[in-house]
Amino acid sequence: MKTTTAIATLMAPGLTVLALTTPALAEIRIGASLSATGPAAFLGDPQVKTLEMLVEELNAKGGINGEEVTLIHYDDGGDPNKARTFATRLIEDDEVVAIIGGTTTGATMSILSVAEDAEIPFISLAGAIEIIDPVRPFTFKTPHTDRMACQKIFEDIQARGFTKVAMISGTDGFGASMQAQCKEVIGDYGLTLVADESYNPTDADMTAQLTKIRNTEGVEALVNPGFGQGPSIVTRNYAQLGLEIPFYQSHGVASNGFIDLAGADAAEGVRLPGTALLVADILPEGDAQREVAVAYKTAFEEATGTPVSTFGGYAHDAFLILTDAIARAGSSEPQAIRDAIEATTGLVGTTGTYSFTPEDHLGLDLSAFRMLEIRDGAWTTVE
Amino acid sequence: MSELLQFLFSGVTVGAVYALVALGFTIIYNASDVVNFAQGEFVMLGGMITFAAHAAGLPLPLAAILAIALSAALGVAMNKLAVEPARGAPVVSLIIITIGASIFIQGAAQIVFGKQIHSFPAFSGDAPIRVAGATILPQSLWVIGGAVAVFVALWLFFTRTLLGRAVLATSNNRLAAQLVGINTNFVMTLSFALSAGIGALAGVLATPITLTAYNVGIAFALKGFAGAMLGGMGNPKGALVGGFSIGLIEALTAGYLSSTYKDAAAFVVILAVLFLMPQGLFGRKSTDRV
Repeated sequence: MKTTTAIATLMAPGLTVLALTTPALAEIRIGASLSATGPAAFLGDPQVKTLEMLVEELNAKGGINGEEVTLIHYDDGGDPNKARTFATRLIEDDEVVAIIGGTTTGATMSILSVAEDAEIPFISLAGAIEIIDPVRPFTFKTPHTDRMACQKIFEDIQARGFTKVAMISGTDGFGASMQAQCKEVIGDYGLTLVADESYNPTDADMTAQLTKIRNTEGVEALVNPGFGQGPSIVTRNYAQLGLEIPFYQSHGVASNGFIDLAGADAAEGVRLPGTALLVADILPEGDAQREVAVAYKTAFEEATGTPVSTFGGYAHDAFLILTDAIARAGSSEPQAIRDAIEATTGLVGTTGTYSFTPEDHLGLDLSAFRMLEIRDGAWTTVE
Repeated sequence: MSELLQFLFSGVTVGAVYALVALGFTIIYNASDVVNFAQGEFVMLGGMITFAAHAAGLPLPLAAILAIALSAALGVAMNKLAVEPARGAPVVSLIIITIGASIFIQGAAQIVFGKQIHSFPAFSGDAPIRVAGATILPQSLWVIGGAVAVFVALWLFFTRTLLGRAVLATSNNRLAAQLVGINTNFVMTLSFALSAGIGALAGVLATPITLTAYNVGIAFALKGFAGAMLGGMGNPKGALVGGFSIGLIEALTAGYLSSTYKDAAAFVVILAVLFLMPQGLFGRKSTDRV
């Protein structure tokens, strides 16, 4: 077990033997590189707050196996170059045992290569499937992939008996990536893409694209991959034009903020694949995720005064997986932590129930997504 | 027919926002030849302060006035603290100072208002107005009306008032302007206050349509700048025509060609116009006459 005192860390980082004489001051150092600022601050901000809150909570309860957890956090602003620098610093200077981070896929890919080289476990909070496909030994991730969101949406469209689908996607990283994934899997569900429009994430009006979709022959359902203000504006324009085809948003806007921004009237009937966290209050008593989702939601909203978001939930789950693994490993050696993470089974998080295998470093299946529908300005689950 | 009309409505809605932002560039540019890249931040502040004040319980009109007044005050502060101390510096340095101010304002807004996306209710409700099968939101009419009103006010200011002419004179030759008794420091302060106020007004009018967040300023500034360049920097008529043109080109391209090319189409037109008429559509003509 690697244990160091503050003095030993300062004076002789290599001489861990010295530290073994004073185990009371032991600590486990966890690193994080997140986008607390920059274009992905919308996602990264709740993640940082979540980690800080959870570390405090955990230490108040006595840490992991009696050892205090220290969080070392850097703000990479979503910039892959900064993320690489910070990952290197976390490993070489701060000597962390594991890294949580990479709010964006770009930052994740940078951290990933550094962490794999140094053989430090790394849990990413970004969406892209490339992070865990192919599987890399030390890299795991908590959010569902874009592809799974597409599959969940198409599954629902198929079940409702529609075949002709239109897409309007943001040109930002999230929207473009999901648009590409959706186009890859759309054929598996016997659906055809009859219109494929896009918009710039800063655009103020999408009625031109939606008019084009409306005038497309036989279109039966509309899917809008994107996050930020774009999907809210698309939803408003959809209502403005009086469109009535079933409308699907992505998990990128799965928050109450979306309903507020789009307006309850415009958002009425919109469906999207979301996590249990979003509907924590209305989950049935027996639901496996109810307890953890409600606990996190309550604690986060009390600590920060801001509404909980799916993205903060990803950080919650990453921290849960990591601390659970360290506790089970009984060790804070990176290799032991990695093995314990891979052996995680049936761990209930806010996003879903995680079961990792050597072939699957995401550990979630489609059942983790719930198809939600907005009714009277609130979320309801679609059975 | 209803299709074309819908594309035009879409273009006019977006174009009016660009035009309002573009109009904000004209005053500071006319007073000092400086393109104020913090202009977009004033638009953001207009929306953000209105949202915050409205959320705190102020009625919407009062919140809007407060936002415009505070932004104007911030414009004055920016002039006094950042631009005036560098008075003798070349125009390029001053432009870089405005970029710095823009980054500073954005950072401060992020701390003060948070990183969430915000909005506030539209002034006249959300029920779309139907015209021959196409629809337009009442708020779009507010933005269009705002753009036209600001244009008329600026045009009158620059051509009919002594103060407006003093601004143009300061731009043409600061020393000569001082010699004929124009208080050029006051002119600069005034132009920053007016520019920031117009920017904030744009934010107040546009936010119910565009939504706002601490980082929307750059996008506003770029599109507004493009509109101002297309029309001819410093000319209110150019800003108005340029802003609307870009909005219409974008909407028509998205509607008839492909939404993938809409930004490209707008910029191709801008490049072509600037290549043939380097001063923009309405050039320097009106300012040179002074």
